[in-house]
Amino acid sequence: MQTFFQTLFTGLSDGAIYGSLALALVLIYKATEVINFAQGEMAMFTTYIAWSLITHHGFSFWPAFFATLAIAFVGGVALQRTIVRPLERASVLTVVMATIALLVILNGLAAWIWSPQLQFFPSPFPTSSWVVGGVHISKQDVGTFGVVMACVLVLWLFFRFTKLGLAMRAGALNPDAARLLGVRTSWLLALGWGFAAALGAVSGMMVAPTVFLTPNMMQAVLIYAFAAAVLGGLESPVGAVAGGLGLGVMLNMLGQYVHPVTSELRLPVALAILLVVLLVKPAGLFGRVVVRRV
Amino acid sequence: MRGRAAPLWFALLVVLVVVAPFLTSNYRSYQLGFVAVYLIALCGLDLLTGFTGQISLGHGAFMGIGAYTTTILVVDHGWRDLWTIPVAGVVAGVIGIAFGLPATRFAGPYLALATFAIPLSLIGILKRFPHFTGGNIGKNLPQLHSEFGWSTNPSIWFYTVTWVVALVMFPLAFLIARGRFGRSLRAVRDSEIAATANGISTALVKTAAFGVSAFYCGVAGALYAIGITYVNPDTFPIDLSILLIVGIVVGGAGSLYGMVFGALFVEFIRISWGPALLDLFSKVHHVNTHAPGSGLVVYGVVLLVVLYAAPAGVAGLVGLARSRFTAVGRPGGAPSQSARTPI
Amino acid sequence: MAALLELDDVSARYGQVAALHGISLTVGEGEIVALLGANGAGKTTTLRAVSGTVRRSGDVVVGGRRLHRAGPEAVARAGIAHVPEGRGIFAELTVWENLRMGAYMRRGRPDFRQALEYFPWLESRRHQQAGTLSGGEQQMLALARAFLARPRLLMLDEPSLGLAPLVTREVFRVVGELNQKEGLAVLVVEQNAAIALAAARRAYVLETGAVALSGTADELRANDAVRTAYLGY
Repeated sequence: MQTFFQTLFTGLSDGAIYGSLALALVLIYKATEVINFAQGEMAMFTTYIAWSLITHHGFSFWPAFFATLAIAFVGGVALQRTIVRPLERASVLTVVMATIALLVILNGLAAWIWSPQLQFFPSPFPTSSWVVGGVHISKQDVGTFGVVMACVLVLWLFFRFTKLGLAMRAGALNPDAARLLGVRTSWLLALGWGFAAALGAVSGMMVAPTVFLTPNMMQAVLIYAFAAAVLGGLESPVGAVAGGLGLGVMLNMLGQYVHPVTSELRLPVALAILLVVLLVKPAGLFGRVVVRRV
Repeated sequence: MRGRAAPLWFALLVVLVVVAPFLTSNYRSYQLGFVAVYLIALCGLDLLTGFTGQISLGHGAFMGIGAYTTTILVVDHGWRDLWTIPVAGVVAGVIGIAFGLPATRFAGPYLALATFAIPLSLIGILKRFPHFTGGNIGKNLPQLHSEFGWSTNPSIWFYTVTWVVALVMFPLAFLIARGRFGRSLRAVRDSEIAATANGISTALVKTAAFGVSAFYCGVAGALYAIGITYVNPDTFPIDLSILLIVGIVVGGAGSLYGMVFGALFVEFIRISWGPALLDLFSKVHHVNTHAPGSGLVVYGVVLLVVLYAAPAGVAGLVGLARSRFTAVGRPGGAPSQSARTPI
Repeated sequence: MAALLELDDVSARYGQVAALHGISLTVGEGEIVALLGANGAGKTTTLRAVSGTVRRSGDVVVGGRRLHRAGPEAVARAGIAHVPEGRGIFAELTVWENLRMGAYMRRGRPDFRQALEYFPWLESRRHQQAGTLSGGEQQMLALARAFLARPRLLMLDEPSLGLAPLVTREVFRVVGELNQKEGLAVLVVEQNAAIALAAARRAYVLETGAVALSGTADELRANDAVRTAYLGY
């Protein structure tokens, strides 16, 4: 029983990290129908920036965290303006390739600037646990979950209640109609990239303490995030987060209770789960099947 | 490439292949052998990506599967390396179909992201079953040596084997792309809805494309293993899959002859051209040109430049140049060129 | 009466296909002008040429100022509201959110009360998902949304499309009200010539991308060619 709760909490913590990156993927997908392959590497790169602020420039964790969020946001906007926007009229294939190119460049750049050597990334949370009824609840798990969910909540409030947030939602639904109402959809797309980059940064900074900081750190997380986004039904932000949490819990439970499933098999298992769910429910658990008029 | 000219170009290619080893060093021939390996892989991947419009970021893994199949058969079961090649292809092809069946339900970019997971998963699986795969350490194959009573330098032997296979599989890819199946591929690429309306089962076509491309990559992987004489889980990282994609784009997606350029690019960018570009850049702004990751940055930048400047790759540029020359008699002279070069 | 909107020798094309060949027309302040013609005559393209959704050559002048290759956002900010074919409402947002989007360009708190005077029934449907409204209701919502932007000129593309005659009359009644009480100029594209000519003061008839006829609504109604081709009697 105690193992169950401990596994649950770890699962929720991992799941929050996946969900955050999944939300980033869905944000960009909803607005542009493009999967940003570079989302993970953007997160990794910004995490390196945070690391650099902490270890080379004497920042303490939280100031570095917020500074990195800001830098990530600006970086995301800049990337959309410079790399993605010129390809607006190109085929989807070309845009996807461009995000792949970005993936490669960021990965190489991180190794080049900071070396591929494993780095230690500090966690803002103490490593101790609370003990409730015999169950050890890791403070780090709770902290991670809390931070990610807080960011997601702030973003939700933005989209729900502000004029700009509404405009972004409208622009994603029907960009032509939005433009006729005076909305500068092009800039809102850039904003979307900015938010996605910030979400990615959160994901990266929360996962780095556990998996250690390397240029390839986020590749597996990207897959989990994708699986979560698809499980949630690609166009649903709520689904993405819920999918992430669900996937995190499921993977941890499987790893704990099903013995052949060791840590090396975690990724193939996630992929298998994804494929199975899609065979049964092609639109994802929360998604609706989109009927398009031809 | 118009129908009538194609056999001529192929003949030219054969001549070049036969002549090349005499003009260059043994080591260079060894490298050119890998060009053949990549040509096979790229032809397969092009059938999937260029002709069917499905991006895959995981085909390096099919090369890995082919490589491991060959290695295990040779090392653990004493097979002769050459006979393992078709088996490696078939194993990879079957796994490709198995993956393709459910995965092709995804639309384009999602399929791509799913395929991203294949190499990562493969590494996990390879490490999980060390008895079978040699785990982290991998396995070593016997050194290259010439066979069938022909005594020659191992590099030349490798070159011969790889190009013989390549020169068989290249026209085979042509035939596939030309025929009815090839038309279905292109129909799916251009408009899945229209294809379905014409009675083409897009899921089946895409799965078949996956299978065929995986087969090609499996064969390429087998040859690769034979060439470098060892395999371990890190031999086929995600980098390789990405490099293959870059090769396709640079060569020109949808053009099989473009893949020759693509293959040359893939082989030499790593060793020669990439570092050369970096050295050039270094003259402007000093950088550590041998730092890890610098190679990746070069591929990425090249890919971006090609995407912006010449999205149809070298083949596209060649096609554009050709129609500029042949359009002299046409009113307006402007080439009515689609981005996809026909074979 | 100063011309609010002036098109001077405007041409437009979709790729290689030319859709408009040198159209010239004007809409004055507070006028309702109808744009008539058969399918494919170029009526919708004319509106798109104004709102910048299609590439055009020639001059588009709004309130005396030329619009230079402006995109839809800039045209909207110049005071032109375009309700496109199909209404362009945000189906997954609520009625209220659609209205808020209408007021996007306005500074400060938008005056929803005034808009609701013309569309009182919207109040009770605030939280309904816009996609679940009926066709006529959606058309009204699109109108209300366009009005909230306080435009000087309202461009309506085929408002009667897919609507029952009774509903169409209601739509035109509200448009007439907005025109009379708010002084809103209207350029309406319609295939239903009868109802358009009843509401408009002047009209243009387009045929294959060029202006074939123009005049006051009375003149056109009396015109034999118009009667047989478009009014059916």
